[in-house]
Amino acid sequence: MTTSTDPAPPTEAVRADAHLAVHLLRLGDDALVLGQRLCQWITRAPTIEEDMALSNIALDLIGHARTLFTLSGHVDGTGRSEDEFAFTRSDREFTNTLLSELPGGDFAVTVSRQLAYTHYAVLYYEALAGCADVRLAAFGERAAREVAFHRMHADNWTLRLGLGTPESSRRMQRGLERIWPYTAELFDEDEVVDHLVEAGTVPSPAPLHSVWERRVSEVVTRAGLTVPTPRWQARGGRVGLHTEEFGPLIAEMQSVYRQFPGGRW
Amino acid sequence: MSAQPTATEPAAQDELLAHFDGLIASGATIEPRDWMPEGYRRMLIRQIAQHAHSEIIGMQPEGAWLTRAPSLHRKSVLIAKVQDEAGHGMYLYSAAETLGVDRAELLDALHQGRQRASATFNHPALTWADTGAIAWLTDGAAVVNQMPLCRTSYGPYARAMRRVCQEEAFHVRQGYDLMRALCEGSPEQKAMAQDAVNRWWLPAVALMFGPPDTAAGGADDRTAALGAAVSRRAITWGIKRHTNDELRQRFVDSCVPQAERLGLTLPDPAIRWNEERGHYDFTPVDWDVYRAALGEDTHWSRQRVAHRRGAHEDGAWVREASAAYAARFGADGSPSEADTEADVAAVEAARDGAGERV
Repeated sequence: MTTSTDPAPPTEAVRADAHLAVHLLRLGDDALVLGQRLCQWITRAPTIEEDMALSNIALDLIGHARTLFTLSGHVDGTGRSEDEFAFTRSDREFTNTLLSELPGGDFAVTVSRQLAYTHYAVLYYEALAGCADVRLAAFGERAAREVAFHRMHADNWTLRLGLGTPESSRRMQRGLERIWPYTAELFDEDEVVDHLVEAGTVPSPAPLHSVWERRVSEVVTRAGLTVPTPRWQARGGRVGLHTEEFGPLIAEMQSVYRQFPGGRW
Repeated sequence: MSAQPTATEPAAQDELLAHFDGLIASGATIEPRDWMPEGYRRMLIRQIAQHAHSEIIGMQPEGAWLTRAPSLHRKSVLIAKVQDEAGHGMYLYSAAETLGVDRAELLDALHQGRQRASATFNHPALTWADTGAIAWLTDGAAVVNQMPLCRTSYGPYARAMRRVCQEEAFHVRQGYDLMRALCEGSPEQKAMAQDAVNRWWLPAVALMFGPPDTAAGGADDRTAALGAAVSRRAITWGIKRHTNDELRQRFVDSCVPQAERLGLTLPDPAIRWNEERGHYDFTPVDWDVYRAALGEDTHWSRQRVAHRRGAHEDGAWVREASAAYAARFGADGSPSEADTEADVAAVEAARDGAGERV
């Protein structure tokens, strides 16, 4: 990039950029890992329409990850490419929430996760669209528009499964119970986020939690289901402490890339 | 659906047939409401269903590599391609439905082994390069095969094929581009590309075009006569426009220079330019070659259908839920607030009692 000709920026700015790079990477990891999980459905979905819908959603998510990774590589000054982020980091270096990485489960688990993630992502990306940084704002606007379709898909399936048959309703309730303990991590704040929020660089996810709860509860209730009240909340993804199932997911994703060191694709 | 006229009198039948033949001869399309001979309808259903099944089964070998694509760009391209295939399956099942069958019946026939997908996919995709070889060679063969179908006599099929062909042509270019990247990469990458071409050439050249149907193409006299009879009938009805062997030749002619540009060798020592014919010679796909390529009674021929059936069975409860929901609220699926409250109560009651009932 232009780092060789630019004068060294002030330390504050360097630190701010480092925080922003981490934050973008986290969002990108959420999108990539969830996209990877959705890819595992393709050819296995309950209908051909669903094979199409899930691949469409996966494609958008991978697209978000690509933009966010590239931006992160710009912001941290390393100029790392999207593929360096996706294929050369170890699983411990990924910072996605545990929600994204949970193994598939049945279709109701996937719908539950989609419901939780899409309602969060629309809110956060819409907030991002108001950023002063035009790159973030442009991304936020585009991504929010796309995820709004994914949210519609998740809402509709929540209703269909919740109000479909006794079996689907039971499975959907079980799916929600499975997913809910993993939702709070999406709204967590830590030092990185605090710094960025204080500087007015990015919006805080924490205040969106209550809006999210209200919106998701409305859909869940309309679907004749009960909003779970888990007694615990899982955390760790943001600092690289993942589930045991995460290692194989990353190993599989990187297998071809790592098998051919220096390969061009 | 297009009710078959109850014209039992031979004179009326003759008149209908003459009208149908006239439409075909004039190059007009046959539409769902037009009268058509039963044989025409059956041949179309068989061909369209086989094509639709091939799209759906064909998602599997490439789908297996979605999680392993070695760059995010290639991953996106592959997701989009597999998604297109699902879409092609849907257009084609819809085209078949205009002939009086429904998708569920056709899928059932696939799952029960009464109908089949192209045997091309009885072969496994063993490396990343296979996704490129499949797109370049089998989609390339599909385009050669399907271009003439854009002008096939049955309107809904022709219209579906126009969309399918546009997208397939794009897949071929993407597959070629993937192979080019491998061939310009490390020696190991190039070796992977050559290995994939070695394994996918025969399935593409033999199976994508169907069995030999001319003596020149390698059929013996009896089978050539039979193949020719089937092809001739399909050609007379305007369903097909060329023999299998003509299209096969066209495919070989287009592939040889492409392979040369990539620096890859097509695994057929008989390939050489024939100045006199103005075509490339190649080992004829006779019935022995064809049968060897079929890969029937192998692990993969069973696995493809088993995978498909497994997905269908696992998803049964979701489809049932969807149908029950549509019956209650309409297919568009947005219940009004008032509807919902009553139904929520009903479903909750049902769920509470479900433990005992199921």
